[in-house]
Amino acid sequence: MKKILIVDDEPNIVMSLEYAFKKRAFEVFVARDGTEALEISEKQLPDVILLDIMMPQMDGYETLKKLRANKYLEKTKVIFLSAKSKMADVEKGLEMGADSYMTKPFSIKKVVADVEKLIM
Amino acid sequence: MSNYGLILVIICYLGLLFGLAYFAERNRNSRWINNPYIYVLSLAVYCTAWTYYGSVGIASKSGISFLTIYLGPVIALPLWIVLMRKVIRISKQHKISSIADFISMRYGNNRPLGALVTITCLLAIIPYIALQIKAISETFNIVSSANSYMSTGILDDSTFYIALLIAIFVAFFGTLSTDASKGKKGIMATVALESILKLVFFLIVGIYVTFYLFDGTTDLYQKAAQSENFKQLSSFGGLENGFNWLFTICLSFFAIFLLPRQFHVAVVENQKEKHLKKAIWLFPLYLLLFNVFVIFIAWAGILKLPDTLNPDYYSLLLPLQEGNIFLSMLVFIGGFSAVISMIVVSTLALSTMVSNNVIIPYGFIKKLVEGNPEENAKRIKNIRRIAIFILIISAYFFYIKFSTQLSLYSIGLISFVVIAQLAPSFFLGLFWRRGTAKAAKIGIVVGLLVVCYTLIFPIVANAISPNISFLNEGFFGYGWLRPTQLFGLEYLTPESNTFLWSLTFNTLGFAIFSLLAKGNYRERNYAEMFVNNANYENLQEEAFIWKGEAYVADIKKLLYRFLGIQRTDRALNIFNRKYNIPEQQEKADARLINFSEKLLTGSIGSASAKILLASVSKEKPISLVEVIKILEESKETKESNKLLTEKSQELSIMTEQLQMANEELRSLDKLKDEFLDTVAHELKTPITSIKAASEVLEDDEMPSELRKQFLENIGRDTERLAILIHNILDLEKLSGKRAELDIKRREINRTIAKAIKGIEQIASKNRVQIKFEEGNNSQGLYDEDRILQVLTNLLSNALKFVKYGKGIIRIATQDNEKEVTIVVEDNGKGIPKEELKYIFDKFYQSQNQNIKKPQGSGFGLAICKKIVESHGGSIWADKNFKKGARLVFTIPKAR
Repeated sequence: MKKILIVDDEPNIVMSLEYAFKKRAFEVFVARDGTEALEISEKQLPDVILLDIMMPQMDGYETLKKLRANKYLEKTKVIFLSAKSKMADVEKGLEMGADSYMTKPFSIKKVVADVEKLIM
Repeated sequence: MSNYGLILVIICYLGLLFGLAYFAERNRNSRWINNPYIYVLSLAVYCTAWTYYGSVGIASKSGISFLTIYLGPVIALPLWIVLMRKVIRISKQHKISSIADFISMRYGNNRPLGALVTITCLLAIIPYIALQIKAISETFNIVSSANSYMSTGILDDSTFYIALLIAIFVAFFGTLSTDASKGKKGIMATVALESILKLVFFLIVGIYVTFYLFDGTTDLYQKAAQSENFKQLSSFGGLENGFNWLFTICLSFFAIFLLPRQFHVAVVENQKEKHLKKAIWLFPLYLLLFNVFVIFIAWAGILKLPDTLNPDYYSLLLPLQEGNIFLSMLVFIGGFSAVISMIVVSTLALSTMVSNNVIIPYGFIKKLVEGNPEENAKRIKNIRRIAIFILIISAYFFYIKFSTQLSLYSIGLISFVVIAQLAPSFFLGLFWRRGTAKAAKIGIVVGLLVVCYTLIFPIVANAISPNISFLNEGFFGYGWLRPTQLFGLEYLTPESNTFLWSLTFNTLGFAIFSLLAKGNYRERNYAEMFVNNANYENLQEEAFIWKGEAYVADIKKLLYRFLGIQRTDRALNIFNRKYNIPEQQEKADARLINFSEKLLTGSIGSASAKILLASVSKEKPISLVEVIKILEESKETKESNKLLTEKSQELSIMTEQLQMANEELRSLDKLKDEFLDTVAHELKTPITSIKAASEVLEDDEMPSELRKQFLENIGRDTERLAILIHNILDLEKLSGKRAELDIKRREINRTIAKAIKGIEQIASKNRVQIKFEEGNNSQGLYDEDRILQVLTNLLSNALKFVKYGKGIIRIATQDNEKEVTIVVEDNGKGIPKEELKYIFDKFYQSQNQNIKKPQGSGFGLAICKKIVESHGGSIWADKNFKKGARLVFTIPKAR
């Protein structure tokens, strides 16, 4: 069973994503912020992380940096989910090591398709 | 000491001077060569053998009147700052290289006047140089063992060879450059060294005599007081003698300006104007030091030496009598230094004058026009070299012929009286516009004639056959025509007599003829430029004192001849660039004429430069009115320049301000971007949530419980969106002042109570206490809904930042005549100091928390601020409050 970690502090958005991925037979974990995300990642070694950028305390960029520093998480794919939609922001996200970048508002179907494409 | 030994010492000393001059020329730009002290020390060329030996002589014969020769310069020096600066500026601008150039330039570049001034200088200075040679010869004989005062012929006279060596020195270092206005660093360095030597050695002998031969000044005074004519030696004399004093002081006053060597060191060799400032106190100090021991040496000489010895040489004879050969050697070298520097600078100045004002304009100009630059430079240098040798040799012959009859002192005074004839045309020329060339010439000639009649003629006559009757009885028996007591003034010394009458007639002649006829346009133009010196500094080439026609090509050809192709092209290049003149310009304008004249003046003198330029141009007279107009214009130019500078400064300040404003705009723009980002984020979050929820709701298999929850989420997010949009619009409305306020007089306590009631529920849920400290029942003018909005906002903000269960929120009102103040404070985490400035900024959140997720929309405080301000009040955070946050706002009581 593939593991997915959803990192976002908006419960309503998380709820929909969680539902959609459970439906696809993913094992779903949820984190409210960067610190929680790191803890869960180290324990569960998820295949995919959906990472919001604008979060309180530790933001998405910082979280990604720390994730990338962990060699056990080498294969973990990270997808940024962000309201920031300017080209520069997307580029920055990809440069920092994200495998994909989705701008809000996104389509759940598209996210699911992307995730599946990444880990197939 | 043996003759040969002494000659060896002299040769070594001259060798040292050659070496120093060579070193200085090699290091022209070194700090050692270019400093105010070298300048001041070179001014001390004023102190010649006359000072060194003659002062003692005069002090031993007629007491302290020797001081007059130094009082004049001391009085003159403070005036230098005004007078000399003017002379130096004018000279630098016109590349003037001698006093003859200066005077002839002032009177319209008049060739005969330049020649006349040169001749006057020759008349004054050649005897003076002879005097120096005499001093060498006599001191040489005193110090050397040979006892003969006169040698049998030139070829075995060591003085002749010494004079020749000096001539070689001047000829070599004085003509390194054809441009006579260029500094002679080598020569000036040796003059400065010699000024130190002569002062130090004279002080040494003074100390030796006063403190070694005698027991200090008091001892000397007491002993001298017992001598017969002591009273005469130590008193000032009566009123009659006072006049003599006065005239001698005047004489030396003029001399410090007019002596060619003084003009040369003070003006031509001046590097920086500010060196004058040092000179005006250091030079008098130098003179003072030089005179400290004069009177003591004189007294000692009277007391210790037999009457038969020449008192001029007491300073040499006193140590010699004691057998102190070394000290007398030093004194001799000191005197020798004084002699050499005087001869060197004088012949240098005179040779330039003679070549530039007599030989070149009257004989060589044609040859120069035909020659090429190298040849011309060689010719000019050769003319000067020959002039130097002729000058020194003539001085030598003058010494052989006349010197035995005259004392050092009287030759010196004659020289001063002759040179003083230049005073009216020089000094009046600087301040009086009317002076003309013709008047200057007449004045000088008349003055010289008076000098000849009253001073030189009696000396010559006396030398030929003593007791010529008319000397005592006057011309044709008229007593008032007696040369030495002209017009019956009997108490004056011959020199004072001559000084008084020659200058009187000279000045009168100059003034009368100046008033009788106006000079030509050229004279008046130059007069205007010299007198109107305040303007002069801007008057460089731009003064259009020339009107006429000339071709650039002709002028160029002319300049090539004298300066060579390279120098000419370089100079013209700079000139063209400076005035933005196109290369191919055919006709020359006034600026070029002026510029070329100056370039040439340095090499061949102003008179010749004028002749040369006249040969390639057709000059038209220009009126004085035009000159004055130009002067005025240049004044205006200066003023408008000043104005421009001010404007440009203002402009640069404005540019700076603009840049700052721009910077501010940029950062505002950035803030705005970030604000939009935040707004976008805030809007996108509920939209994403709604979109995602509606997508998953498509799933028919979803349990109804969950489905209900998703639907609820959609509802809440929609509401959130609506509030957000409302806030944005509200803020915009308040910003644009489109919000209409329903302002009435209301009681603030009631409004606060309403606000508290509105959030009480949430507060009690978080177990936060709200304490309302009611003040007076203050009344303010406000829109209740809006102020309620402010209060609610502040209260809910406070709620957000206090800790669950421990929070206390306090509201209080204060009241004065003008306004009501409402304070809302909490014991929460407070506001970071660096954020205090921004919290009311609607972009604030985005700026400080962009990367973190902001809490709330970030509009709350911005909206509060707008509301308060639209009421005419103000809102701020109390930065002194440390236990949490304290926000304060005011509402006015009256409009």
